[in-house]
Amino acid sequence: MRVNVTINGDQRQADDVWEGESLLYMLRERLGLPGSKNACEQGECGSCTVYLDDVPVCACLVAAGQCQGREVRTVEGLAAGDDLDPVQRSFVEAGAVQCGFCTPGLVVAAHDLLRRVPEPSDPEIREALAGNLCRCTGYEKILDAVRLAATRQASGAEAR
Amino acid sequence: MKNFEYARANNPADAVRLVGDRPGATFIAGGTDLLNLMKDGAQTHDRIVDVNGLALTDISHGNGFLRVGALARMADVGAHRAVREKFPVVSQALLASASPQVRNMASIGGNLLQRTRCGYFRDTGSACNKRIPGSGCPAIDGENRGHAVLGVSDHCIAAHPSDLAVSLIAVDAVVLTNGPHGERRIPFGDFHLAPGDTPERENVLTHGELIVGLELPLTPAAAKSQYLKLRDRATFEFAVVSVAAALDLRGRTVNDVRLAFGGIATKPWRSTDAEAVLRGRALDTATIDAAGRAAVHGAIPRAHNAFKIDLVQRALSRVLHELGGVR
Repeated sequence: MRVNVTINGDQRQADDVWEGESLLYMLRERLGLPGSKNACEQGECGSCTVYLDDVPVCACLVAAGQCQGREVRTVEGLAAGDDLDPVQRSFVEAGAVQCGFCTPGLVVAAHDLLRRVPEPSDPEIREALAGNLCRCTGYEKILDAVRLAATRQASGAEAR
Repeated sequence: MKNFEYARANNPADAVRLVGDRPGATFIAGGTDLLNLMKDGAQTHDRIVDVNGLALTDISHGNGFLRVGALARMADVGAHRAVREKFPVVSQALLASASPQVRNMASIGGNLLQRTRCGYFRDTGSACNKRIPGSGCPAIDGENRGHAVLGVSDHCIAAHPSDLAVSLIAVDAVVLTNGPHGERRIPFGDFHLAPGDTPERENVLTHGELIVGLELPLTPAAAKSQYLKLRDRATFEFAVVSVAAALDLRGRTVNDVRLAFGGIATKPWRSTDAEAVLRGRALDTATIDAAGRAAVHGAIPRAHNAFKIDLVQRALSRVLHELGGVR
């Protein structure tokens, strides 16, 4: 089947898509967007987290047909060219990246949290990231990164 | 995953016909359980009918009811102000379910139809009476820590996994459907089926019948309600045991109470026996303990899940003490 979907602001079309394919497969294998990672393929690990119509979902649990006519924003769509999103910069600076496989999904989940809750408490951060597993178990630095991004966002807002 | 045809419905009648016409067809809303079941091979379909285009996402209240469209997402319903204020038990059950990503995708109607997390059911290499009727139930003498102690049969002891359904049975929700034989209103207590001799039948829906919404009656008890979920880790985990309680006190006396349980039963489990122990009595620790004993009367423990019988009574005790302000 044919799937038309807006991805990171661009109209994209995929042809000869198998009905059993996931949005994740389409992104990675058909549309040249390998940022979203393929790990558990059952919605447990969050490595494939993308925005679908502005809310984060697991792309591995979205059938290709379900995205027809909808808007997707992937981790590739967060930065403006080389200018990283503050959440991405905070992950780099806090050392929140070990093997890196969970990072794209965590960045999207944290990005969504900070849009909704600019100054989250630790329990709020933990719950917001509960659907994202880090097999390196590097959670402390990940929490540091989210706190850093929140602080930065708050001081940036004041500066403006 | 086996090959299937993907169809889109433009209105409920379309959806009902597209599934009703084909024995192997089913609906897809969020798909968060269906797609995993199809990947695992625990369920196969030759046609999937996407109902996400139907206008069934509204949440509204008036005339003594809260109405929730079947396609409203778990996250939206859980966070909705009227749900939080009038049905805290429902909001709490939703927000204690799954992960943020899954709650953003999964629909209310689909949540009620999710299949059990019994490992033997999900594993096509195992026998399972629910998946292949007559093949046997390895859980009865096998790994059954997560399994049910109430509503069980010799054919199946799989626990029902939904938190939402436990909260809905506690507030006397009604399931609204549209099917090949027209519209129906199904009281929540009649919706799910205990396994009995036919564990493959989990609810009373006929083939092609679509859940279009829920109706929740506004009551004083529902407005003072609570969901307690005990699990093996703090979040993103199914209930070991859970309690949904709604309580209306007049002074210290129980005017109205609704009690339902998850993790311990083969379907969302309402205990009118436990409610009867409390109704009209002063709420105190002795009465609460008696209600707990009534709730687990007739429970059948297995090798690894007997602890649930004690645990659920303690969970009930905690909820009623908190809700009722009993020290």
